[in-house]
Parts: sequence; C-alpha cells; structure tokens
Amino acid sequence: MAIEAVDHSHWSPLLGRLWLDALPQEPIVLATFVVVALGGVALVAALTYFKLWGYLWKEWFTSVDHKKIGIMYMVLGLIMFLRGFADAIMMRIQQSIAFNGNEGYLNAHHYDQIFTAHGVIMIFFVAMPFVTGLMNYIVPLQIGARDVSFPFLNNFSFWMTTAGALLVMMSLFIGEFAQTGWLAYPPLSNLAYSPWVGVDYYIWSLQIAGVGTLLSGVNLICTIVKMRAPGMTMMRMPIFTWTSLCTNILIVAAFPVLTAVMTMLSVDRYLGFNFFSNDFGGSPMMYVNLIWIWGHPEVYILILPLFGVFSEVTATFCGKRLFGYSSMVYATLVITILSYLVWLHHFFTMGSGASVNSFFGITTMVISIPTGAKLFNWLFTMYRARIRYELPMMWTVAFMLTFTIGGMTGVMLAIPPADFVLHNSLFLIAHFHNVIIGGVLFGIFAAINYWWPKAFGFKLNDFWGKVSFWLWVPGFWVAFTPLYILGFMGVTRRMRVFDDPSIQIYFVIAAFGAVMIAGGIGAMLVQFAVSIWKREELKDESGDPWQGRTLEWATSSPPPEYNFAFTPIVHDIDAWDDMKRCGVERPVTGFRPIHMPKGTGTGLILAGLSTALGFAMIWYIWWLAAVSFVGIIGYAIFHTFNYKRDYHIPVETVEATEAARTRQLAAAGV
Amino acid sequence: MTATTINPAQNAVHDLSQPQLQATFYDLNEHDHPEGGSTMLGFWIYLMSDCLIFAMLFAAYGVLGGSFAAGPGPKDLFELPLVALNTAMLLFSSITYGFAMLAMEKGGKGAVQLWLLVTAVFGIAFLSIEMYEFYHLIHEGATPMRSGFLTAFFSLVGTHGLHVTFGLVWLFTLVVQVGTKGLIPANKRRLMCLSLFWHFLDVVWIGVFTFVYLMGML
Repeated sequence: MAIEAVDHSHWSPLLGRLWLDALPQEPIVLATFVVVALGGVALVAALTYFKLWGYLWKEWFTSVDHKKIGIMYMVLGLIMFLRGFADAIMMRIQQSIAFNGNEGYLNAHHYDQIFTAHGVIMIFFVAMPFVTGLMNYIVPLQIGARDVSFPFLNNFSFWMTTAGALLVMMSLFIGEFAQTGWLAYPPLSNLAYSPWVGVDYYIWSLQIAGVGTLLSGVNLICTIVKMRAPGMTMMRMPIFTWTSLCTNILIVAAFPVLTAVMTMLSVDRYLGFNFFSNDFGGSPMMYVNLIWIWGHPEVYILILPLFGVFSEVTATFCGKRLFGYSSMVYATLVITILSYLVWLHHFFTMGSGASVNSFFGITTMVISIPTGAKLFNWLFTMYRARIRYELPMMWTVAFMLTFTIGGMTGVMLAIPPADFVLHNSLFLIAHFHNVIIGGVLFGIFAAINYWWPKAFGFKLNDFWGKVSFWLWVPGFWVAFTPLYILGFMGVTRRMRVFDDPSIQIYFVIAAFGAVMIAGGIGAMLVQFAVSIWKREELKDESGDPWQGRTLEWATSSPPPEYNFAFTPIVHDIDAWDDMKRCGVERPVTGFRPIHMPKGTGTGLILAGLSTALGFAMIWYIWWLAAVSFVGIIGYAIFHTFNYKRDYHIPVETVEATEAARTRQLAAAGV
Repeated sequence: MTATTINPAQNAVHDLSQPQLQATFYDLNEHDHPEGGSTMLGFWIYLMSDCLIFAMLFAAYGVLGGSFAAGPGPKDLFELPLVALNTAMLLFSSITYGFAMLAMEKGGKGAVQLWLLVTAVFGIAFLSIEMYEFYHLIHEGATPMRSGFLTAFFSLVGTHGLHVTFGLVWLFTLVVQVGTKGLIPANKRRLMCLSLFWHFLDVVWIGVFTFVYLMGML
C-alpha cells in the first residue's frame, strides 16, 4: 500500500485545520469507526431507555465519594486496556506476516500511530487509572478515613484523566495520532517532521490528564499524612498505604517535569521557539534528558502501589503478619529516592562518556537491592505459612517468578557496554513488558480479585479467574520470550517489515502468545460477567471474606458512604487483625450524624471545557480555544463562590444503615 | 500466628468489658473535623510542584543560556536599572501583601481589601514594566524564535509573569469574596494560600534576577 501525501495545509477561521480530510480514510479505521459509532448510539439509547442518565449523573459523575471515583477510574482503565490491547495484537499480526516482500496489512502511517498509541494508552490511560483507582478506593478505608482530603479535587482529577483519554480516542477517528513513539522525541516531533495534528493530540491529551494526575497526587499525600485514624502512626500504616504515599510523592515530584517538557515542545511547535530545534541553538537531547527525568520515576509510580498489593495479599493469604514490615517501608523509601538518580540509563548511547554512564549504571543496579529485599520479605512471609492459593495469591506468585526475571534482564541493560548492543532492540521491549505486565498488570489482577468483594459485596468466580490466569501467565511468556531472543540477534523495535525470513518463526510464536493473552482477557471479562450474574451465590455478608488484616475489612461490603460509623482507633500494625483477636464487637448504639462533603458537577464541567480547549488547540480553532479558556477560568472562579460544600448524614440514616448491617451479620451468623 | 505480646492492650484484653473494649478500639465520641485542615499542607505541596516547573525552566536556561545562534546575548539586551526597578515593584508588593495578612489577623476587613489592592497596583506595575521590556526586545529583533538563549529567557521570565497574572486574578477574586463574606475561616485560608503563592513568586524572581540578569551581565 503506497501512502499518498495528503495536503493538510488549509485553514479556516471557523474550523481551523479541521476539514473532511480529517475523517477516517483507511478501511480498517473506517470499519472501527462505524462499529464504535453504532455501539455508542446503542449505549446512549439504552441509557436513555432505562432512564439511567439521572442516576449516573447524581450517583456517579458528580459524586465526590472516593469509592465511586475509584471504581470509575477502574472502569476507565479497563476500557482503555481493551483499546491498548487491540493496538498490541494488530502489531503482532503485522510483524508476523510482513516477510518475503509482503508489506503486511498496515501502511507505515497507520502502523506508526499504532505503536505510539499503544505505549501512550497503556502507560497513561491504563496503568495510571488502574493504580490511581486502587489507591482512591483502598487508601481512605485502610487508614480509617471517611473520604480524601479534597473530595471535589478528586472528582475533578478523575474527569481530567478521562478528558485526556477522550482526546486520544478522538484521534483515532478525527485526524491522526502521533507517529513518533510514546515519548515523542524531537526533532521527529517538531513541526517540520510531524506537521499535522498527531503530536498535538499527544501533547494535549497528556497535558490535560497530567493536571488530573498531579492534583490526585497532592490529594492522596494530604489524605495519608493528615487523615489517618487515631493511633495509626506512620509505622503502623498498612504497606499498601505506605507504597501509595511514596507513589504520590513521586507523582508530585515528577509530573510537573512532564508538564514543563510538554509545554516546551508546544511552544516549539506552535510559536517556533527553539528549545529542541536542531538549528538556532536548541537541543533535542535536552528533551530526552528532561522527559526521562519524569519517565523513570513514572515506572516506579506504576509499580510501587502494586508492591503494596502483593504485600497485603501475601500477608492475608499466609495468615500472618508480613515478614520485615520496617525493611519493607525502608526499601520502598530507598526505591523512591533512587528512582530519581537513574534516568540516564535510558540513553547510555547518547555519548555522555564513560564516567557519567558508569554512575547511572551503578545507581540502576543498586535499585535491585531494595527490590530484592522486598522479594525476600514476601518469600519469608510464605515460609512455613499455611498458604491459601486463592486467585490473588496465584497472581502474586506469578508476579514473583515473572518480575524477578524481568528485573534480571533490567540489570543486564543497566551495564552500559551491554546496553550499547541491546539499546532500542526487542530485548528492551521484552524487558519492560516483563516488568510492567509481570509487575503492574499481574498486581492489578491480584488487586481486582482481592478487593472486588469489598467493592461489590460478592466474590469473583474462581473457575473463570483460573482460566484467565492460566492463559495470561504462559501467554505472556510465549509472547515475549521470542522478543528477548530477537533482541539478542539485533532486531530493533518499531519495525513494520522485515527482510530476513529466518526470523519470521519468532514473530509467529509471539503472535500466538498474544492470542493466548487475548484469551486471558476474554476469560477475565467472562469472569466479571458470570460473577455479576451469579452474585447471590458468591455473596459475602461478612465484609471480611479473606480473613483480612487491615481496616478496609472492618466495615461492610460495599462500605456505607461514610465508611465507618465510628472511626477505629489503631493500636498495632494490621489493625483489623488486632481488633478481631481482642474480640471487640461492633458498636450498635450511640451513633452520631456524620459530616460529609457534597457532590458537585464542577469537575465534569471544567474537564469538558478542557477537552474543548485541547481539541481547539489541536485543530488551530482559535476562537474556540479562547472561549473555552475563558470558560475554564470563569467557571473555576464561579465555583469558589460556593461556600456550602458539606452536609451531615442525619443520625437516623446512620442508624438505619447500621441496623441493616447488624441484621445482615446476624443472618450470616458472623 | 505471631506472638501477641507486641500490643500492650492485648495483654490486658481479658480484663476489659465489651464497652471498655469498644471505647479502646472505636472513637465513640467523635466530633466534626473542622474544614480545610489539609489545605495549607496541600497548597504547600502544590507550590513545590510548581517550583519544579520553574526548576525545569532554569535548567533549560542553564543549558541554552549560551546558545546565541549568532544573535544578541544578555549584555546586548538587558538594562539592569529597569530590571532593578521591576524587582523593587515585586518586593514592595510582597511587603504590602504582608500588611494585608497583618490586617487579617486584626480582623480589619476594609484594611485587608485596601492592602490587597495596593499589592495589585505593585503587581500590575511589575507586569507593565516586564511587558515594556519584552516589547523592546521583540522590537529590536530579539524574539524568542531568534535563538535558544532567547527561547529559554522568554519562557522562564514569561512563565513567572503568567504566574503573577494568575495571582492578580485570584487577588481580585478574593477582594470581592472578602467584601461579600467577610473574614470567615474559608476566606482566611484562601488569603493564606495566596500569600504563600505571592511570596513564592517573589522567591522565584530573586532566582531569575540573580541567575538570568545579574549573572548575564558579568
């Protein structure tokens, strides 16, 4: 398929660069567009027919309840995960057939967008919402709080993340996405080489989502520092809360860097500035340095909360306190600090010289020490324990095996001379998928299986969970082991066609692995559907289905809006386990009205205006950009004139809710 | 199961009646928490994140500050007396904001509004002088598009100026809100936050003045 050079240079005051040539041209995209459009119409029709708009608006979209926001983040992550995986399997199919003069089924313009979108979506709009969603749901419960420090900001953060995701999805059908790779290095991402809207979609989706991420980081730090239940000293916090704290510190310390770099790239593109230009004294390598100063902490932002999940799961399913609590905390802190001292290992080949490369090589290797300490802590917790191999524990064991190998290939890449051979090869691709899938994704699956009963009051189906597990874990290895081998042979990343027919078999095997993973994802969706269908059979009345150890298990499943009728007082690590062993009964009288934050639609409105602003900037629709910008500022100011942001849940409501809970517990015989 | 001796409460647990246990493990007498308890911490953390944006711009200036691309350099462009006057405007505005905070402590609503407006006058003076400077530079052909140095210079100084502009919008909003609602706790909190923001911009400007202007003239 030859690509025709399309002239996109026209501009009109009303629509900017937007014109009919922005609509899907390629048959694959066109068909997807039709399917998505029909699906969207069907969804809107169904919501209207069942009169669900009011319910969604009132109970979900405008809610400032951290639990509902957490669930909405998880739904966003799941939807975007399906999109990101569709990109992945398209790449796998293309690479497995594009041999012997066959060009495959994707032209270069389309293929380059796919690998860029895959990376951007999987990091920013899958892993980040999943992680943020988990932290949102679990952290306030674990520390015995009723909500986060800034409930409105929490809602706003969610909608800004969604706005960014929306822009990425729009780029599929209106215009194009970047063809630059997920970090959009200049000079390729400069206007001269990426003249149309792709990079602008990239910039604005990340900028808008980045606002949400940063504010959510500030919010959760304050929540953990300021809102812990009485008696919960820092060294009595659950490990998941600890790792969340460190992750949010990393977010606040890293995301402004991304914001600054994206702004610099924007002014280069929009105004002809010279931050990263090749001539007039700009420095493209400065971009690479700056973006990795954000990018390396980002990988720890993703993995740390999941280290927390594995710690909770291991302790719970081994039925004993986590081995080495304090060493776990210190290991997390050491990783937090070291994550800022390694960024240059992403471009040893830049030519910084032996001493600089040695420094960053050594700091990179040093990170494996606290990480290794964590692994030994989990192993020692399991040692001589009566381990219950429920689904969360299975994912944890799969993580320990998979992630360790990914960590070892990471140490190999940390050796600068080895990196000169492996840089930008498929070995690197295999390595980071090894740690991100084996660490982040397996952790998210462990967490979903572990906390689902808390969020919805019933467990997930075991059979389909195991089907998913046994397709995913071997599927991962079938998909990525060939990439390690290919990387050693010198095959570079982001290739669309190949000349050497002898390596085709590896790509065919990898594609088969991707199909196994597709089966794993399908089984997981079936697991959700079957569990919802059979929710009465899977019901958990106790609120504590796994014999949990931390405070989220001390309340009902799902928890009431106010989480705890009485705030628990903490005397020990594993506070709920302590309460159970002391035999304390749930108080059933003496309730008080509870002070709670009120819902608001401001977050959704501001994020909607931000989407309009981003869209207008992408397409050079200056009037719309001006109107939406003034709208954002104006509406934000208007919002500050609303001083009544809280209310009291009347004591009668609390009494009724808690009486229902008492009956539920009595009926279940707990 | 690990030994139960870690928690002293557990040793005595057998002596406690259920109501006593409940009082040990639940806050039965909880009162409403005052609103905004996390606001100052949250705003501090936000400011530090903003500080990182400036850090990036300073770093970019550090890298590109000598890349003149055969164009003009600092010595050809900067006029220290003008910048000194500008710096004085911003420093004065910080002092007058301090007076606004003192008035707030005393509960003088009108005085708070007055000092805020005086602060705004100095802030606007600062911005005007900065725009005058930018206008002159651009008029001489020293545009941000001219070289890496000028790109970094305009971005760093301009970002600071945009922050001051945002601070002014916020300041006028607070003048109205103090007028309509008075010095209620929510408004005091907001005044405190803007105070932090305003002084923060002052500190950043000291960095700009030293690092960009003074060292540029060496």
